[in-house]
Amino acid sequence: MSTHSEPGRSQGLAIDVRGLTKRFGRKTAVNGIDIQVPDGEVWGFLGPNGSGKTTTIRMLCGLLKADEGTGTCLGFDLRTEAEKIKRAVGYMTQKFSFWEDLSIRENLEFVARMYEIADARARVGDTIRRLGLERRQSQLAGELSGGWKQRLALAACMLHSPRLLLLDEPTAGVDPKTRRDFWDEIHRLSGEGLTVLVSTHYMDEAERCDRIVYISLGNIVARGTVAEVIEQSKLFTFIVEGDGARHLAETLRQSHGVEFVSFFGAALHVSGRDRDALERALAPYRGQQGLAIAEAVPSLEDVFIQLQEESAPQERPAPKERAPQ
Amino acid sequence: MSDGFSFARIGAVLRKELVQMRRDRLTLAMIVGVPMMQIFLFGFAINVNPKHLPTAVSISDPGIYADSVVAALQNSSYFEIEKATNSPQEARAMLDEGDVSFVVEIPANFSRDLVRGAHPQLLIESDATDPAAASNATAALAQLFGDALRDDLKGPLAARAQTAPAFDVVIHPLYNPEAITQYNVVPGLLAVILTMSMVLMTCLALTRERERGTYENLLAMPVKPLELMIGKIAPNIFVGAIQSVLVLLVAKFVFGVPMIGSLLLLSGCLLLFITANLAVGYTFSTVAQNQLQAMQMTMFFLLPAILLSGFAFPFRGMPVWAQWLGEVLPATHFLRVVRGILLKGNGWTQIWPDVWPLILFLFIAGTLALMRFRRTLD
Ligand SMILES: Nc1ncnc2c1ncn2[C@@H]1O[C@H](COP(=O)(O)OP(=O)(O)OP(=O)(O)O)[C@@H](O)[C@H]1O
Ligand SMILES: [Mg+2]
Repeated sequence: MSTHSEPGRSQGLAIDVRGLTKRFGRKTAVNGIDIQVPDGEVWGFLGPNGSGKTTTIRMLCGLLKADEGTGTCLGFDLRTEAEKIKRAVGYMTQKFSFWEDLSIRENLEFVARMYEIADARARVGDTIRRLGLERRQSQLAGELSGGWKQRLALAACMLHSPRLLLLDEPTAGVDPKTRRDFWDEIHRLSGEGLTVLVSTHYMDEAERCDRIVYISLGNIVARGTVAEVIEQSKLFTFIVEGDGARHLAETLRQSHGVEFVSFFGAALHVSGRDRDALERALAPYRGQQGLAIAEAVPSLEDVFIQLQEESAPQERPAPKERAPQ
Repeated sequence: MSDGFSFARIGAVLRKELVQMRRDRLTLAMIVGVPMMQIFLFGFAINVNPKHLPTAVSISDPGIYADSVVAALQNSSYFEIEKATNSPQEARAMLDEGDVSFVVEIPANFSRDLVRGAHPQLLIESDATDPAAASNATAALAQLFGDALRDDLKGPLAARAQTAPAFDVVIHPLYNPEAITQYNVVPGLLAVILTMSMVLMTCLALTRERERGTYENLLAMPVKPLELMIGKIAPNIFVGAIQSVLVLLVAKFVFGVPMIGSLLLLSGCLLLFITANLAVGYTFSTVAQNQLQAMQMTMFFLLPAILLSGFAFPFRGMPVWAQWLGEVLPATHFLRVVRGILLKGNGWTQIWPDVWPLILFLFIAGTLALMRFRRTLD
C-alpha cells in the first residue's frame, strides 16, 4: 500500500471538492457542496434523513457521477480517476452490502482478493481474530445480528488499509461498548494518518469528530468544530428543571421567543435565538416553587434541531410529535 | 497492486460465484433437473416411434394386389386404416384436415403395369408436419409392400419378385420440405436446453446483486467490467458442459441417436455456443433492474430460439423474414452444427459457415454487455 504514488497534493487535503451537485430527475439531492478535509482528520457528516449524506459520499467514492462540481479525493480527480480512488478508499455502505450467502471468512477473503492484498489469508485471519469471530468464521454473514453485520462490514472496508475511510452510518444499531471501541480504533488510525469522513445521527459521535459538517436539503448549513457550530448557531438555551417542568412544555412552545422545547429526562431545554424574548417567556415561572431555571450552553442536539427546523420549516412536524431524546 | 487486468480478481469473482451456486439448492437442482426433464419430456412426448397411425387407402385399381396392400397395412402395427376409398380426392382431403397421417394410393392400372413389369408406382403421401412421428412408419412401408406383393407374384411372375422390386414406392412427405428424421429432435434439444438454462443462469448475475444491495459494494471495489463478466460467466461454462454431457448421454443411450462426427469438434462448438448464450444472459442482467425484467427478457430471447431456429419448424419452411430473424440467433447455427456433426459426420470445413456466426455473435454480445455495464449507480 505504501508504494502508492502520491500525486501533487499541495494542500494536504484528503478530500477537496467544490460545488458538488447531484440531481435525481427534477429533485436536487445535493446542491453545490464544498468539503475540504485535511489529511488525518476525522470529520462528522450530519444531517436529517434524506438530506443527501449518502448521495454525497457516493459521489466522493465514484459510485455516482456528480452533475456539477469538481475536486479530488486523495489527490485523484473525481471525474477521471474514479478507479484509483476506489483502490485507496474504504467505503462502508449504509445498508449492509456484503454477501449473506457467503461466510464471514469467505466475504473477507473475497474483499482481500479483489484488492489484490498480498497474503490475503493471513490478513483475513488477523481481522477475524481482532473481531473475535474465530469460532464463527464459517457462519454465513446473513445469519449475523445487525450489530455484528456492521462490525463485519467495517472490518471488511478497512481490510485493504485505505488512506481515506468514507463511512455511512457505520455504528447504526451497534451497542455502546462496540461503538466506543470503534471510535477508539478510528482515532488510533487517524493518528497514523488515516482520514475519515463518517456520517452519523449520534450526537456523542459528532462530538468525537475533529470537525462536523451539517447538511440539510443538500446544502451545507453549518460546519466547524463542535464549539464553533454551537457558537455560530447564536442559540440560547435555558434548562427548566423540577416539579411540573414537563407540564410547562406545551405552554412554553406557544410562547413568543421560544423556538423549540425538548425533553431531556425530567428537564426541559427551552431554546431560541432571541435571548431577551426567551427571558420574557420564562419570567412568569421564575421563582416558582420547586422549579429551577438556568441558562446553559446549548447542546449539539439543540443546535441540530434548530438547524433542521430552520432549514426545512415546511417539514416541521406538529410540536406534539417532536420526539424527546 | 497494479492498475492492469487482474486474473486474481477474476479468480475471486469466480470463486464467489461457485460458492454461492453451491449454496443455492434450487439452482443446483436446475442444473441437472431441468435438462433431464426437458429431454425426457420432449424426447418421449414427441414419441420417436409411434404406432397405429391413421391411414387412408385410395384404391383406383381394385384387385388382388390392392387387397394384399390393404392386408399388409392392416397387419402392420404402424398403420390403422381409417378409410378405404376409390376417390383420391377424398383421401387427400382427409390428409389435409389431419384426419389421417398417411394416404396410400394405388394408382389406376397398378395390377396391369405390375404384371407387365412396367414398375408402377405406389404413391404414399405422408403428413410430415410432425416428421418425427411419421418417419419410422414411412421407412417401414417399402419393406412391407415388398414382402406383401412377393406372395402374389407367383408362377410366371415370380421372376419379377426375385429381381429388383417390381414396383416403386414413392413417398411424398408433404408440408415439410426438409423431411427431418427423428434423430433431429434430440440433438435439437441440446440447443434449446442450453439456450434456456445458460441465459437463465446469467440473466440474474448482476440483477441479483442489485436487488440484494451488494452491487454497491461490488462497484466500490476496483474490479473491471471485463473481469467481473469473465468471473461471472466462467462458472456457468462448467454448468453448460455438465448439461451437455448429460443430454448427449441420454441422446445416445436412451434415444439411440447416432453420433457419427468428431466429439472433439462438437465440444469446441458447444463451448462457443454456451459462452455466446451466457454473454446474452449477462447483457440482459446489465440492463434489467429487477429479476422479473430479467426473466421477461430471457423469455423474449428464448421463444424465437425455439420457434425460429429450426427446432420446432423446419427452417426452410419458414417465411423469409422469419429465416432472417432465425439467422441472427445462435441456436439456429448451433442446431445445424450439432445435427451436422452428429448425424452427418460433418467436419470443420462443413460446419464453418455456421461457426463464424457464433463467434461473431459472442463478440457482439460480449461487447454490448461491456458497453451497457454501468460503473456507477446512476
Ligand atoms: N437513486 C436515487 N434516485 C432518486 N432519488 C434518490 C436516489 N438516491 C437518493 N435519492 C434522494 O436524494 C435525497 C438524498 O438522499 P440520501 O440517501 O443521500 O440521504 P441521506 O442524507 O443519506 O439520508 P439518511 O440519513 O436517511 O440515510 C433523498 O431525498 C432521496 O430520496
Ligand atoms: Mg444515508
